[in-house]
Amino acid sequence: MTISRRKFLKTVSASCLAVTAHSAVGHGFELPGRMSPGPQELKARRWGMVVDMRRCDGRCTEDCIGVCHEIHNVPYIPKAEHQVMWLFQEPYENTFPDRSHELISKHLKNRIFLLLCNHCDDPPCVRACPTQATFKRENDGIVMIDYHRCIGCRFCMAACPYGSRSFNFRDPRPYIKTIHPEFPTRRKGVVEKCNFCQERLEVGKMPACVETCKKGALVFGDLEDPSSEIRRILAETPHVRRKPQLGTRPSVFYIF
Amino acid sequence: MMHGKRWVIAGMILFAALAAFPFYWYSMGEDKPFPKLEMPEKASACVEKTPFMRANHMRLLDAWRVSVVRDNLFVYTAVSGKTFEMNLHKTCLGCHTSTEKFCDRCHAYNDVTPPCWECHVATGVSGEGDAS
Repeated sequence: MTISRRKFLKTVSASCLAVTAHSAVGHGFELPGRMSPGPQELKARRWGMVVDMRRCDGRCTEDCIGVCHEIHNVPYIPKAEHQVMWLFQEPYENTFPDRSHELISKHLKNRIFLLLCNHCDDPPCVRACPTQATFKRENDGIVMIDYHRCIGCRFCMAACPYGSRSFNFRDPRPYIKTIHPEFPTRRKGVVEKCNFCQERLEVGKMPACVETCKKGALVFGDLEDPSSEIRRILAETPHVRRKPQLGTRPSVFYIF
Repeated sequence: MMHGKRWVIAGMILFAALAAFPFYWYSMGEDKPFPKLEMPEKASACVEKTPFMRANHMRLLDAWRVSVVRDNLFVYTAVSGKTFEMNLHKTCLGCHTSTEKFCDRCHAYNDVTPPCWECHVATGVSGEGDAS
Protein backbone atom coordinates (compact mmCIF):
# COMPACT_ATOMS: atom_id res chain seq x y z
CA MET A 1 0.00 0.00 0.00
CA THR A 2 1.34 3.40 -0.85
CA ILE A 3 0.19 6.66 0.56
CA SER A 4 1.10 10.09 -0.67
CA ARG A 5 2.98 12.40 1.65
CA ARG A 6 0.16 14.88 1.39
CA LYS A 7 -2.48 12.37 2.45
CA PHE A 8 -0.30 11.08 5.28
CA LEU A 9 0.19 14.56 6.72
CA LYS A 10 -3.51 15.31 6.38
CA THR A 11 -4.51 12.19 8.28
CA VAL A 12 -1.94 12.72 11.02
CA SER A 13 -2.86 16.35 11.62
CA ALA A 14 -6.59 15.58 11.59
CA SER A 15 -6.05 12.83 14.18
CA CYS A 16 -3.95 15.12 16.38
CA LEU A 17 -6.64 17.78 16.21
CA ALA A 18 -9.34 15.27 17.09
CA VAL A 19 -7.41 14.04 20.12
CA THR A 20 -6.67 17.55 21.45
CA ALA A 21 -10.18 18.76 20.77
CA HIS A 22 -11.57 15.82 22.68
CA SER A 23 -9.43 16.48 25.71
CA ALA A 24 -10.15 20.21 25.54
CA VAL A 25 -13.93 19.94 25.44
CA GLY A 26 -14.47 16.40 26.61
CA HIS A 27 -14.41 17.25 30.31
CA GLY A 28 -17.96 18.45 30.49
CA PHE A 29 -19.60 16.30 33.10
CA GLU A 30 -23.31 16.45 33.54
CA LEU A 31 -24.95 14.98 36.56
CA PRO A 32 -27.88 12.75 35.73
CA GLY A 33 -30.03 14.30 38.46
CA ARG A 34 -31.01 17.91 38.97
CA MET A 35 -30.37 20.61 41.56
CA SER A 36 -32.90 22.81 43.27
CA PRO A 37 -33.03 25.31 46.14
CA GLY A 38 -33.55 24.12 49.69
CA PRO A 39 -37.14 24.10 50.96
CA GLN A 40 -36.44 26.12 54.14
CA GLU A 41 -33.81 28.43 52.73
CA LEU A 42 -33.97 32.07 53.80
CA LYS A 43 -33.95 34.19 50.67
CA ALA A 44 -32.79 37.71 49.95
CA ARG A 45 -31.50 39.55 46.95
CA ARG A 46 -28.79 41.24 49.00
CA TRP A 47 -28.12 40.27 52.58
CA GLY A 48 -27.03 43.04 54.91
CA MET A 49 -26.48 43.71 58.59
CA VAL A 50 -26.96 46.59 60.97
CA VAL A 51 -24.71 46.79 64.03
CA ASP A 52 -26.62 48.97 66.45
CA MET A 53 -23.98 50.31 68.82
CA ARG A 54 -26.66 51.90 71.01
CA ARG A 55 -27.57 48.38 72.07
CA CYS A 56 -24.14 46.76 71.92
CA ASP A 57 -22.26 47.83 75.03
CA GLY A 58 -19.26 45.61 74.21
CA ARG A 59 -19.66 43.60 77.41
CA CYS A 60 -20.77 40.36 75.83
CA THR A 61 -19.04 40.48 72.45
CA GLU A 62 -17.09 37.41 73.53
CA ASP A 63 -20.39 35.53 73.31
CA CYS A 64 -21.21 36.27 69.69
CA ILE A 65 -17.57 36.03 68.62
CA GLY A 66 -17.23 32.78 70.56
CA VAL A 67 -20.29 31.17 68.98
CA CYS A 68 -19.23 32.23 65.47
CA HIS A 69 -15.72 30.92 65.87
CA GLU A 70 -16.89 27.74 67.53
CA ILE A 71 -19.41 26.63 64.91
CA HIS A 72 -17.12 27.58 62.03
CA ASN A 73 -14.06 25.83 63.45
CA VAL A 74 -12.08 29.06 63.57
CA PRO A 75 -8.77 28.35 65.32
CA TYR A 76 -7.55 30.36 68.26
CA ILE A 77 -3.88 31.08 67.59
CA PRO A 78 -2.28 33.19 70.33
CA LYS A 79 0.46 34.60 68.09
CA ALA A 80 -1.06 37.87 66.92
CA GLU A 81 0.28 37.80 63.35
CA HIS A 82 -1.17 34.33 62.80
CA GLN A 83 -4.59 34.98 64.29
CA VAL A 84 -7.65 33.99 62.30
CA MET A 85 -10.78 36.09 62.76
CA TRP A 86 -14.25 36.01 61.29
CA LEU A 87 -15.95 38.27 63.83
CA PHE A 88 -13.71 40.60 65.83
CA GLN A 89 -13.60 43.89 67.64
CA GLU A 90 -11.62 47.08 67.38
CA PRO A 91 -11.77 50.56 68.95
CA TYR A 92 -13.29 53.50 67.09
CA GLU A 93 -10.04 54.81 65.61
CA ASN A 94 -9.37 51.48 63.91
CA THR A 95 -12.95 50.94 62.82
CA PHE A 96 -13.45 54.41 61.36
CA PRO A 97 -9.89 55.72 60.88
CA ASP A 98 -11.13 58.33 58.40
CA ARG A 99 -13.63 59.73 60.92
CA SER A 100 -11.30 59.66 63.88
CA HIS A 101 -9.58 62.81 65.13
CA GLU A 102 -8.02 64.24 68.28
CA LEU A 103 -11.22 65.81 69.62
CA ILE A 104 -13.45 62.80 69.29
CA SER A 105 -16.11 62.43 71.99
CA LYS A 106 -15.41 60.11 74.89
CA HIS A 107 -18.57 58.26 74.05
CA LEU A 108 -17.01 57.10 70.79
CA LYS A 109 -13.38 56.96 71.78
CA ASN A 110 -13.87 54.25 74.35
CA ARG A 111 -16.25 52.14 72.32
CA ILE A 112 -15.40 48.71 71.04
CA PHE A 113 -16.91 47.98 67.62
CA LEU A 114 -17.87 44.62 66.26
CA LEU A 115 -16.30 43.93 62.87
CA LEU A 116 -16.85 41.34 60.18
CA CYS A 117 -16.66 40.99 56.43
CA ASN A 118 -18.69 43.82 54.91
CA HIS A 119 -19.92 41.70 52.02
CA CYS A 120 -19.43 44.73 49.79
CA ASP A 121 -21.67 45.35 46.84
CA ASP A 122 -18.53 46.03 44.79
CA PRO A 123 -15.97 43.85 46.55
CA PRO A 124 -12.32 44.67 45.76
CA CYS A 125 -11.22 41.23 47.01
CA VAL A 126 -13.18 39.60 44.19
CA ARG A 127 -11.43 41.71 41.57
CA ALA A 128 -8.05 40.81 43.06
CA CYS A 129 -8.58 37.06 43.19
CA PRO A 130 -6.74 35.43 40.28
CA THR A 131 -8.54 32.08 40.55
CA GLN A 132 -12.13 33.18 41.21
CA ALA A 133 -11.90 31.39 44.53
CA THR A 134 -13.55 34.41 46.09
CA PHE A 135 -16.65 35.70 44.40
CA LYS A 136 -19.86 37.56 45.05
CA ARG A 137 -23.00 35.52 44.68
CA GLU A 138 -25.24 37.42 42.34
CA ASN A 139 -28.43 36.03 43.82
CA ASP A 140 -27.89 37.03 47.47
CA GLY A 141 -24.85 39.31 47.52
CA ILE A 142 -22.77 37.16 49.86
CA VAL A 143 -19.04 37.32 49.22
CA MET A 144 -17.88 33.74 49.46
CA ILE A 145 -14.62 31.82 49.29
CA ASP A 146 -14.29 28.46 47.59
CA TYR A 147 -11.43 27.10 49.66
CA HIS A 148 -10.81 24.38 47.07
CA ARG A 149 -9.72 27.01 44.59
CA CYS A 150 -7.79 29.31 46.93
CA ILE A 151 -4.08 29.23 46.13
CA GLY A 152 -3.11 31.38 49.12
CA CYS A 153 -1.70 34.32 47.14
CA ARG A 154 -3.31 36.79 49.59
CA PHE A 155 -4.07 39.38 46.91
CA CYS A 156 -7.57 39.57 48.40
CA MET A 157 -6.14 40.42 51.80
CA ALA A 158 -4.16 43.26 50.28
CA ALA A 159 -7.23 44.42 48.37
CA CYS A 160 -9.67 44.36 51.31
CA PRO A 161 -9.70 47.80 52.92
CA TYR A 162 -11.30 46.46 56.10
CA GLY A 163 -8.86 43.77 57.24
CA SER A 164 -11.67 41.23 57.22
CA ARG A 165 -9.60 38.38 55.87
CA SER A 166 -7.17 36.08 57.64
CA PHE A 167 -4.55 33.77 56.25
CA ASN A 168 -3.82 30.31 57.58
CA PHE A 169 -0.09 30.54 58.10
CA ARG A 170 -0.16 27.14 59.75
CA ASP A 171 -2.40 24.10 60.02
CA PRO A 172 -5.38 25.42 61.98
CA ARG A 173 -6.57 22.07 63.34
CA PRO A 174 -4.33 21.86 66.42
CA TYR A 175 -5.65 25.28 67.45
CA ILE A 176 -9.32 24.38 67.32
CA LYS A 177 -10.59 23.51 70.75
CA THR A 178 -13.44 21.27 69.63
CA ILE A 179 -13.87 20.48 65.97
CA HIS A 180 -17.50 20.68 64.85
CA PRO A 181 -17.61 18.04 62.12
CA GLU A 182 -20.61 19.45 60.29
CA PHE A 183 -18.56 22.47 59.13
CA PRO A 184 -15.20 21.95 57.42
CA THR A 185 -12.04 23.39 58.90
CA ARG A 186 -9.58 25.17 56.67
CA ARG A 187 -6.08 24.05 55.77
CA LYS A 188 -2.71 25.69 55.84
CA GLY A 189 -2.32 28.18 52.99
CA VAL A 190 -5.86 29.42 52.40
CA VAL A 191 -7.53 32.73 53.22
CA GLU A 192 -10.74 32.72 55.22
CA LYS A 193 -13.40 35.11 56.49
CA CYS A 194 -17.02 35.51 57.57
CA ASN A 195 -19.53 33.91 55.20
CA PHE A 196 -22.68 35.59 56.61
CA CYS A 197 -23.54 32.10 57.88
CA GLN A 198 -24.46 30.92 54.40
CA GLU A 199 -24.67 27.35 55.73
CA ARG A 200 -27.30 28.45 58.26
CA LEU A 201 -29.32 30.57 55.83
CA GLU A 202 -29.68 27.56 53.56
CA VAL A 203 -31.47 25.65 56.31
CA GLY A 204 -33.61 28.57 57.39
CA LYS A 205 -31.58 29.90 60.31
CA MET A 206 -30.37 33.42 60.96
CA PRO A 207 -26.59 33.99 61.29
CA ALA A 208 -25.19 32.70 64.57
CA CYS A 209 -24.07 36.12 65.87
CA VAL A 210 -27.51 37.60 65.20
CA GLU A 211 -29.17 34.72 67.00
CA THR A 212 -26.74 34.93 69.93
CA CYS A 213 -27.14 38.66 70.53
CA LYS A 214 -29.90 38.94 73.10
CA LYS A 215 -29.85 42.75 72.99
CA GLY A 216 -31.00 42.99 69.41
CA ALA A 217 -27.90 44.91 68.41
CA LEU A 218 -27.47 42.90 65.24
CA VAL A 219 -30.18 43.11 62.61
CA PHE A 220 -29.92 40.98 59.52
CA GLY A 221 -32.10 41.24 56.45
CA ASP A 222 -32.61 41.95 52.79
CA LEU A 223 -31.29 45.34 51.69
CA GLU A 224 -33.18 45.11 48.42
CA ASP A 225 -36.53 44.56 50.06
CA PRO A 226 -38.09 47.95 50.94
CA SER A 227 -40.41 46.32 53.48
CA SER A 228 -37.69 44.51 55.46
CA GLU A 229 -36.87 45.48 59.02
CA ILE A 230 -33.31 46.37 58.12
CA ARG A 231 -34.54 48.81 55.49
CA ARG A 232 -36.96 50.35 57.99
CA ILE A 233 -34.12 50.85 60.50
CA LEU A 234 -31.83 52.33 57.86
CA ALA A 235 -34.59 54.67 56.69
CA GLU A 236 -35.33 55.91 60.20
CA THR A 237 -31.90 56.08 61.82
CA PRO A 238 -28.68 57.89 60.92
CA HIS A 239 -26.03 55.30 60.18
CA VAL A 240 -22.56 54.96 58.69
CA ARG A 241 -20.58 52.46 56.72
CA ARG A 242 -16.86 51.89 56.96
CA LYS A 243 -14.71 53.85 54.48
CA PRO A 244 -17.60 54.77 52.15
CA GLN A 245 -15.29 56.98 50.07
CA LEU A 246 -13.71 53.84 48.59
CA GLY A 247 -16.91 53.01 46.75
CA THR A 248 -17.07 49.39 47.85
CA ARG A 249 -20.64 49.88 49.16
CA PRO A 250 -20.46 47.68 52.28
CA SER A 251 -23.54 45.74 53.34
CA VAL A 252 -22.75 46.22 57.03
CA PHE A 253 -24.05 49.42 58.64
CA TYR A 254 -23.26 50.98 62.02
CA ILE A 255 -25.56 53.05 64.19
CA PHE A 256 -24.00 54.95 67.14
CA MET B 1 22.26 -0.88 4.08
CA MET B 2 22.72 -0.32 7.77
CA HIS B 3 25.91 0.68 9.56
CA GLY B 4 26.72 -0.99 12.89
CA LYS B 5 23.83 -3.35 12.48
CA ARG B 6 24.88 -5.43 15.46
CA TRP B 7 24.81 -2.52 17.89
CA VAL B 8 21.56 -1.16 16.58
CA ILE B 9 19.77 -4.47 16.93
CA ALA B 10 21.32 -5.13 20.35
CA GLY B 11 20.21 -1.67 21.45
CA MET B 12 16.69 -2.25 20.19
CA ILE B 13 16.45 -5.53 22.05
CA LEU B 14 17.74 -3.91 25.24
CA PHE B 15 15.24 -1.09 24.90
CA ALA B 16 12.35 -3.48 24.33
CA ALA B 17 13.42 -5.53 27.34
CA LEU B 18 13.63 -2.47 29.58
CA ALA B 19 10.29 -1.10 28.37
CA ALA B 20 8.61 -4.44 28.92
CA PHE B 21 10.19 -5.04 32.29
CA PRO B 22 7.55 -3.28 34.47
CA PHE B 23 4.76 -5.23 32.78
CA TYR B 24 6.64 -8.47 33.25
CA TRP B 25 7.51 -7.63 36.86
CA TYR B 26 3.96 -6.80 37.84
CA SER B 27 2.47 -9.75 36.03
CA MET B 28 4.68 -11.97 38.18
CA GLY B 29 3.32 -10.59 41.44
CA GLU B 30 -0.06 -11.57 42.73
CA ASP B 31 -2.96 -9.20 42.28
CA LYS B 32 -3.63 -7.19 45.34
CA PRO B 33 -7.09 -8.20 46.47
CA PHE B 34 -9.70 -5.52 46.12
CA PRO B 35 -10.18 -4.04 49.56
CA LYS B 36 -13.17 -5.05 51.59
CA LEU B 37 -15.26 -1.95 51.97
CA GLU B 38 -17.56 -1.51 54.87
CA MET B 39 -20.95 -0.86 53.35
CA PRO B 40 -23.48 1.31 55.13
CA GLU B 41 -25.93 -0.57 57.25
CA LYS B 42 -28.80 1.84 57.17
CA ALA B 43 -28.99 2.44 53.43
CA SER B 44 -29.24 -0.02 50.56
CA ALA B 45 -28.65 2.38 47.68
CA CYS B 46 -26.36 5.33 47.13
CA VAL B 47 -27.33 8.67 45.59
CA GLU B 48 -27.03 7.26 42.09
CA LYS B 49 -26.44 3.65 40.98
CA THR B 50 -23.31 1.97 42.35
CA PRO B 51 -21.33 1.72 39.06
CA PHE B 52 -21.98 5.41 38.42
CA MET B 53 -20.94 6.32 41.94
CA ARG B 54 -17.83 4.19 41.77
CA ALA B 55 -16.72 5.87 38.55
CA ASN B 56 -18.00 9.39 39.13
CA HIS B 57 -18.33 10.15 42.84
CA MET B 58 -15.57 12.74 42.63
CA ARG B 59 -17.27 14.51 39.74
CA LEU B 60 -20.58 14.37 41.53
CA LEU B 61 -19.01 15.92 44.62
CA ASP B 62 -17.39 18.65 42.52
CA ALA B 63 -20.70 19.43 40.84
CA TRP B 64 -22.43 19.50 44.23
CA ARG B 65 -19.86 21.91 45.60
CA VAL B 66 -20.21 24.33 42.70
CA SER B 67 -23.96 24.15 42.93
CA VAL B 68 -24.11 24.81 46.69
CA VAL B 69 -21.36 27.38 46.97
CA ARG B 70 -21.99 29.38 43.82
CA ASP B 71 -25.60 28.83 42.82
CA ASN B 72 -27.43 28.48 46.18
CA LEU B 73 -28.91 25.15 45.20
CA PHE B 74 -28.82 22.63 48.01
CA VAL B 75 -31.11 19.80 47.01
CA TYR B 76 -30.18 17.07 44.54
CA THR B 77 -32.89 15.02 42.93
CA ALA B 78 -31.42 11.75 41.71
CA VAL B 79 -32.56 9.77 38.68
CA SER B 80 -34.57 7.58 41.03
CA GLY B 81 -36.52 10.64 42.15
CA LYS B 82 -35.10 10.55 45.65
CA THR B 83 -33.86 13.87 47.01
CA PHE B 84 -30.63 14.46 48.89
CA GLU B 85 -29.14 17.43 50.63
CA MET B 86 -25.91 18.21 48.80
CA ASN B 87 -23.72 17.98 51.84
CA LEU B 88 -20.66 15.76 52.18
CA HIS B 89 -20.93 15.59 55.93
CA LYS B 90 -24.64 15.05 56.36
CA THR B 91 -25.46 13.01 53.27
CA CYS B 92 -22.33 11.03 52.40
CA LEU B 93 -20.96 10.47 55.87
CA GLY B 94 -24.48 10.05 57.19
CA CYS B 95 -24.48 6.60 55.60
CA HIS B 96 -20.78 5.87 55.17
CA THR B 97 -20.14 6.12 58.87
CA SER B 98 -16.44 5.38 58.64
CA THR B 99 -14.28 7.24 56.15
CA GLU B 100 -11.39 5.02 57.13
CA LYS B 101 -13.19 1.79 56.31
CA PHE B 102 -14.86 3.03 53.14
CA CYS B 103 -13.12 5.94 51.40
CA ASP B 104 -9.56 5.43 52.58
CA ARG B 105 -9.37 1.71 51.84
CA CYS B 106 -10.34 2.13 48.20
CA HIS B 107 -8.21 5.25 47.74
CA ALA B 108 -5.21 3.44 49.20
CA TYR B 109 -5.81 0.49 46.87
CA ASN B 110 -5.92 2.81 43.88
CA ASP B 111 -3.01 4.87 45.16
CA VAL B 112 -4.86 8.16 45.09
CA THR B 113 -4.68 10.72 47.87
CA PRO B 114 -7.52 13.21 47.56
CA PRO B 115 -7.14 16.00 50.10
CA CYS B 116 -10.79 15.91 51.27
CA TRP B 117 -10.04 15.34 54.94
CA GLU B 118 -7.59 18.18 55.25
CA CYS B 119 -10.63 20.42 55.64
CA HIS B 120 -13.75 18.26 55.77
CA VAL B 121 -13.84 16.41 59.02
CA ALA B 122 -13.38 12.66 58.63
CA THR B 123 -15.36 10.42 60.91
CA GLY B 124 -13.66 9.71 64.20
CA VAL B 125 -11.88 13.07 64.32
CA SER B 126 -12.91 14.71 67.54
CA GLY B 127 -10.13 17.27 67.41
CA GLU B 128 -9.16 18.31 70.85
CA GLY B 129 -6.71 21.04 69.86
CA ASP B 130 -3.53 20.50 71.81
CA ALA B 131 -1.21 23.21 70.48
CA SER B 132 -1.41 26.58 72.12
